[in-house]
Amino acid sequence: METLVMPAINFAAIMPETILSIVAMVLLLLNVFVPGEQKAYLAYLSLIGIVVAFFSVVSGWNAPLPMQEGFNGSVLQDNFSLFFKAIFLISAGLAVLISDHYMVKEECNYGELYPLILFATAGMMLMASGTDLMTIFLGLEVLSVSLYVLAGYNRSNIKSNEAGLKYFLLGAFSTGFLLYGMALTYGATGTTKIAKIASAAALDATLSSNPMFVVGMLLMAVGFSFKIAAAPFHMWTPDVYEGAPTPMTAFMSAGPKAAGFAAFIRVLMVAMPTLKADWSDLLWILAVLTMTVGNIIALSQNNIKRMLAYSSIAHAGYALVGFTAGNGEGTAGILFYMLSYAFMNIGAFAIIILVGKKGEPNNNVEDYAGFGVKHPVLAMIMALFLFSLAGMPPTAGFVGKFYLFSAALKSGYVWLVVIGVLNSAASCYYYLRVMVYMYMKDPVEEFDWMKLSPAIWASIAISAVGVIVPGIVPSIILQLAQKAILL
Amino acid sequence: MAMNYPILTILIFLPLAGALALVPFWRRERWAKGIAMGCAVVELALAGRLLFAAAGLPAASGAPGGYFLWEDHVWIERFGIRYTLGMDGISLLMVALTAFITLLAMLVSWRGIRERVPLHYLMLLVMESGIMGVFLAQDLFLFYLFWEVMLIPMFFLIGIWGHGRRIYSAVKFFIYTMAGSLLMLLAIIGIYLIHGARGGNYTFALHDLIGTPLDPGTALWLFAAFLFAFAIKVPVFPLHTWLPDAHTDAPTAGSVILAGLLLKTGAYGLIRFGYPLFPTAAKAVTPLLLTLAVIGIVYGSWVAYAQEDMKRLVAYSSVGHMGFVALGIAVWSPVALSGAVLQMVNHGITTGALFALVGMLDERTDTREISAYGGLWGKVPLLAFFFLLFSMASAGLPGLNNFVGEFLILAGAFRVTPVAVVIAFVGIVLPLIYTVRLVQQLLFVEERRPLTLPDLSLREGAILAVLALTAVYLGVHPAPLLGLLKVSVALLTGGLP
Repeated sequence: METLVMPAINFAAIMPETILSIVAMVLLLLNVFVPGEQKAYLAYLSLIGIVVAFFSVVSGWNAPLPMQEGFNGSVLQDNFSLFFKAIFLISAGLAVLISDHYMVKEECNYGELYPLILFATAGMMLMASGTDLMTIFLGLEVLSVSLYVLAGYNRSNIKSNEAGLKYFLLGAFSTGFLLYGMALTYGATGTTKIAKIASAAALDATLSSNPMFVVGMLLMAVGFSFKIAAAPFHMWTPDVYEGAPTPMTAFMSAGPKAAGFAAFIRVLMVAMPTLKADWSDLLWILAVLTMTVGNIIALSQNNIKRMLAYSSIAHAGYALVGFTAGNGEGTAGILFYMLSYAFMNIGAFAIIILVGKKGEPNNNVEDYAGFGVKHPVLAMIMALFLFSLAGMPPTAGFVGKFYLFSAALKSGYVWLVVIGVLNSAASCYYYLRVMVYMYMKDPVEEFDWMKLSPAIWASIAISAVGVIVPGIVPSIILQLAQKAILL
Repeated sequence: MAMNYPILTILIFLPLAGALALVPFWRRERWAKGIAMGCAVVELALAGRLLFAAAGLPAASGAPGGYFLWEDHVWIERFGIRYTLGMDGISLLMVALTAFITLLAMLVSWRGIRERVPLHYLMLLVMESGIMGVFLAQDLFLFYLFWEVMLIPMFFLIGIWGHGRRIYSAVKFFIYTMAGSLLMLLAIIGIYLIHGARGGNYTFALHDLIGTPLDPGTALWLFAAFLFAFAIKVPVFPLHTWLPDAHTDAPTAGSVILAGLLLKTGAYGLIRFGYPLFPTAAKAVTPLLLTLAVIGIVYGSWVAYAQEDMKRLVAYSSVGHMGFVALGIAVWSPVALSGAVLQMVNHGITTGALFALVGMLDERTDTREISAYGGLWGKVPLLAFFFLLFSMASAGLPGLNNFVGEFLILAGAFRVTPVAVVIAFVGIVLPLIYTVRLVQQLLFVEERRPLTLPDLSLREGAILAVLALTAVYLGVHPAPLLGLLKVSVALLTGGLP
């Protein structure tokens, strides 16, 4: 009789996920007993969970291989995933910090928000460290389902409802693509383990021309492109970003986008290096389309949330430029960029939350007229975030773009980078437009409804530091990113 | 005299520190003005001290030839980016000009700026930091950083305190220059990668990158990107279209800095980076640059003649004058290059003064239309005197500063390209026509509208007197400045000192 061999389970490999999930479940229970006006305590508790998880991420850095691997090789908590996990935790933490203020203002402070953010973060983490297509899919589903709810969280607001429903329908559709791609890949190679797919493709040269394998790769690429909002699979982004509660828009544009990149990179670079010729062409096209579509449509946006939605599409395009490069520099560039982007984008959204009235009727660029006169310090910080988004030195946005573009040049993609640079110049226009209104138009609003809560100040301050310090002394983060690349 | 403190770093970051120090005073205008002015004065004192001590300074250790001050630290090791600052004769002149013109810009806006005063001075200080950095950086990445930083305060200066279509002009200025400089960034990364791939030494240090062997096609593309970025700033015809808008709509301080300093950064970039990095490509492009420079000279002067707005007239005259600088650079001989650098200083002083004068008139009467004035000679003799003086200087009257620069450029260029010089000579005559017309209409025809305006105040008189003395001094005795340039120019053009 065969003995039953227990698969190697190593909880250390999913420690941050475990912490977040436990905290989230405790919060769900607590939520029942916490009265409406004290939901802020849940925010504090979830912050504690995030900080503890962050420590566990830090302690896992550079761990020996047996410590990284878990669940019979389904997850691998390597430096690559740890760096991404840090990004997820930072964006979750900032999102929690800016949520309470908004939820109270919009009178939708139901309390489930915080556990949902934590679940979504745990899902992103599984995506980043999954080394089995099934684990990645599992993480993606945990993330997506939480996000569908979060997008429609403001249930008395019709736009938020629309956002949730739209995101759900299109998201479900894209998941279908992804799953079909995974199934085809399984059919071609007989395994869902990323390492084994790679070795199967390396052993069998005919696999690279096997339609089932190639189409599997393509379909998975489509699925991931939905998640990172790459054109032409970006259609859901503007409506969802505009309709979702602003803190959740900030969260969605930073964390889940990075998670999409994490899984995308691992699947293509580790599992399918044999198809590199195919997917680098594909990524080239995706990058050009994404940058151009995002920037051009952003030029004509009046609603600032919608503008930042299109700008976030464009930023995914810049990251794709680094991905196209297909070298270690490119991966490290994406890591650096996603981290910087989390800071600058969430920071900008924090200020949008502060300026917004109940129901956010004043989210248009014109509503920022005179902001620089009435609130010089906040306006200056907003300008900092916008300049960083535009890629001006000395900000993190510039260093990140520099890194991505130089990686692509190193691989010889000169024209791709030229297109990227021209896009970057065009993008200045719509960021400048906000500044034109903030500083160069006479105030029409009084901005007297604005209340500064300490939490939102903290998030703005953290973001500002996260934008300016890596812009001036990027060495430490560059080294961490360099140690976090695959291969 | 030994420099045992990092004077170059101080030159760059003192204004920035001053700008940060202004933030707590954003409601106290007098304090803010005082702090800003204090910083600018200290800067000028430092630059002046260097100017007088430079002749006696020995070559800095570890620096390439011609540099007498050098600071070098590791910055971003991962990419081989260093914090390298260096000062040779050319940089020194530019630094001194920057300190001088910034102080001038502060003084001319002393009364004219009434809204958000602290922010205005903050922008001027940030501007000064950026420009100092551009003139001192010896690492391409560091240079690019300062190059971009310069843009931001100018955007706000034009957009907030400007006139007319200020927002349009500010955005146009920003996007125009941004597009140019981003392509330059590509070329910077390009030469960095090529140099690194060859010897394994990935570095942005200018003096390591000079002499990198490039195949002609690549060199041409990379140089084209540099040229594009710098030619926009200079501006070289036909990339000058942002300039009249930006100059006209900027506040006086903005125009003074734009004309006095920002245009110089473009020419400086060509001299310091463009030509030395890609000598063969530059030689190949010379005919094109010569042609464009000459077209710029004639076209700028021609269009200036047709202007009704004084500020626009001075702006177009800048296109013409900077055409001379471009001509001097394109010829790339010791005499012409010295002339070009000298002309950069001269143009900064005369055009700065003219913009200041136009600003003073504008403050008094609220119009810049030439036809609104008349008979100023009798009404405000002091102002009229200075106006005449600087107009003549700008037209290249011998004995005043611009003449020396233009003469050197033409003399140097004649050996290389007589045809261009003959055409450019028209560019000496045309300014005479439009300045004479301007002076006549403003000062000597009978007044067309009764205007009551006070003569110069003490502050204004002092500003203009200092400028006038400088202009006369440079016109009659430019030898000390040329002496400062000699070594650097000789090294750049390949001759021995």
